[in-house]
Amino acid sequence: MTDTLKHSLMFAAVALLILLEGLTDWSFFSGSWNSSLVILNMGLISAIMALGVNLQWGFAGLFNVGIMGFTALGGLAVVLTSTPPVPGAWSAGGPGVVMALVMGALTVISAVAATRLLPKGGLRAALIVAILIVGFVIYRALFDPSIEAIEDINPALAGNIGGLGWPVLLSWPMGGLLAAGAAWLIGKTALGLRSDYLAIATLGIAEIIIAILKNEDWLSRGVKNVVGLPRPVPYEVDLQNDPAYVDWFASLGLDPVLGSTLYVKLGYAALFSVVLIALLWMAQMALKSPWGRMMRAIRDNEVAARAMGKNVTKRHLQIFVLGSAICGIAGAMMTTLDGQLTPGTYNPLRFTFLIWVMVIVGGSGNNFGSVLGGFLIWFLWIKVEPMSLELITLLTSGLDETNMLREHLLENAAHMRLFTMGLILLLVLRFSPRGLIPEK
Amino acid sequence: MDFLNALVALTNFVMIPAVAYGSQLALGALGVTLIYSILRFSNFAHGDTMAFGTMMTILFTWLLQSWGISFGPLPTALLALPFGILATMALVLVTDRTVYRFYRAQKAKPVVFVMVSLGVMFMMNGLVRFIIGPGDQRFTDGERFIIKARAFKEMTGLREGLAIKTTQGITVVTAIVVVALLFWFLNRTRTGKSMRAYSDNEDLALLSGINPERVVMYTWLIVAALATVAGVLYGLDKSFKPFTYFQLLLPIFASAIVGGLGSPQGAIAGGFIIAFSEVTITYAWKKVLRYLMPDNLDPDGLVQLLSTDYKFAVSFAILIIVLLFKPTGLFKGKSV
Repeated sequence: MTDTLKHSLMFAAVALLILLEGLTDWSFFSGSWNSSLVILNMGLISAIMALGVNLQWGFAGLFNVGIMGFTALGGLAVVLTSTPPVPGAWSAGGPGVVMALVMGALTVISAVAATRLLPKGGLRAALIVAILIVGFVIYRALFDPSIEAIEDINPALAGNIGGLGWPVLLSWPMGGLLAAGAAWLIGKTALGLRSDYLAIATLGIAEIIIAILKNEDWLSRGVKNVVGLPRPVPYEVDLQNDPAYVDWFASLGLDPVLGSTLYVKLGYAALFSVVLIALLWMAQMALKSPWGRMMRAIRDNEVAARAMGKNVTKRHLQIFVLGSAICGIAGAMMTTLDGQLTPGTYNPLRFTFLIWVMVIVGGSGNNFGSVLGGFLIWFLWIKVEPMSLELITLLTSGLDETNMLREHLLENAAHMRLFTMGLILLLVLRFSPRGLIPEK
Repeated sequence: MDFLNALVALTNFVMIPAVAYGSQLALGALGVTLIYSILRFSNFAHGDTMAFGTMMTILFTWLLQSWGISFGPLPTALLALPFGILATMALVLVTDRTVYRFYRAQKAKPVVFVMVSLGVMFMMNGLVRFIIGPGDQRFTDGERFIIKARAFKEMTGLREGLAIKTTQGITVVTAIVVVALLFWFLNRTRTGKSMRAYSDNEDLALLSGINPERVVMYTWLIVAALATVAGVLYGLDKSFKPFTYFQLLLPIFASAIVGGLGSPQGAIAGGFIIAFSEVTITYAWKKVLRYLMPDNLDPDGLVQLLSTDYKFAVSFAILIIVLLFKPTGLFKGKSV
């Protein structure tokens, strides 16, 4: 059996799993096409995130555990791009906020400049501290009244700066840009240090991004969430009220509710597939290009690559920004799919480490592997819960219905998914460290 | 008088909580730093090892309580602690045998170890949630305070009260005892010396007949004890929630790196640096300043530099500053 055939069969198997989810309600399958499409849509998004991480880890060996932060920035981009502007918010506090942020940036820049330009010594340290303190005071003096003014406007519904009111599809590339900007800042400081340090720095920056989203109400409404984001596809209710669509659904043998929900989800699936295929094609081209070979050369032997005149730090920064931008695009797509931004729900286990499981299981260094891993692991992430419920029911079938142990196990079966993901990761690392579809 | 009031307020709201939190971080960072210097990787599962140890201690505490055993004015959890430590030791030894040893034999790269520790982290996290659930658990009993705020006010006649929680007292005392024991072990015993030798120069240590598997085993045992103690102290002081323990990973790593990865003294210093900066930067200084400033200069706002939710940002900023200016940390750790 050739490799191509084997890998195609793997993709077919995962596709079959998703199809079975819609076709049959045997065992842990639910028999609902809606559920099947939900898994497919999130699988598509997961595959894109895995592609981004694979770019960083598989191509360049960069260990980024801040994926959650870039995903959340993508979500923020949707709010800032596509929501309608809040009347009066911009004039109330916009200039103040911009001035404050510019002052903040100037403070940091002048501190960095002082560090670079002045000779080492007590004077320099005192000057840097003075710059930082004065800058911080000015920043707060400009910032606090402005955000208060913004948050006072219609706080029950808005209270934030609002967006630009652009089409929501534009927010996807915007998400990528925002994530790329953040990645550039992080990369500038943390790349070039040891790999563990990059990991810890990205872990930290992700937490900080989430903290900002949760607390800066003027920006993202914080934990009050932004709901009702514009959608690139029609609303189900509108379809159900449109006789043309109702007739069409009826001719397919579907009732209007089912038909409209499936139609909307398929619409999302089509949009996401376009993005995934485009990114996958670009990643494949990049991998085959001289640039991709250079990246792998750097990954495999940094010293040799440097000796050949490659600027390792610059290339690392480049690929770090690119990979993070892809995660930002996926994050914006996810927020669009949810129709809301809920900063409280971002959890590193789900948004960072699960993506890592996808990349490792799929096969690091291979784009198709990451895509496969994205679909497979997402399916398992959803399905491990009913699977373990079944397993526990089976194992404890000898026990009494009201047995304490049985009740406890059934109640906590949901937490088996983390355990299972860890187990899968360890098993793959141990017995097949190159993943399902290894790098060529 | 105003100066004394300010001092008491400062002690009550900044110094005491920071010392307690710093001790907890220091114990956590010691575990990370020991793994780093002996096994040479950053253990991402450390927060969840702490969670596991704390969970076992809570379970034993409940068992003891159901038998009607208590520790007088001290929390019952202290009696259960040794059992929790033993259970955690068993867990990490099993993990080492089944997971890490294979990669050690292969001489895998550190980043592979980190990846593997991610898997272990997932499994431990799932295990803890599966056994005790994801919710909040409070397991403090006994006396709540050593000094109550009201009693202090009556005693001194000051306007500000000073309260010391029993858990804070226990934290500091336990941390001192544990650290003293650890340093005695590392500096005075044969095993401790062989551990330091192994950490300094692996090849030379092997040449002089030190058994690496034994060194690794002792390291895991010590780390299990440290993690459990740190976790239980944190849980007694605040509360136990699996996710919070996972999030402790960041300040703990920051402490270890700021102090210098691989240096036990550094881990302790780092823990206190991180804790004090987190508390002072997120504390609303209005109360203290009100006593110190002349009346007409009373601050209007809370004089809080950053909201408490940004405490991660503080550890992170310190981490970045240290990495940029002194990548090996304050106490010259390893820079492998």
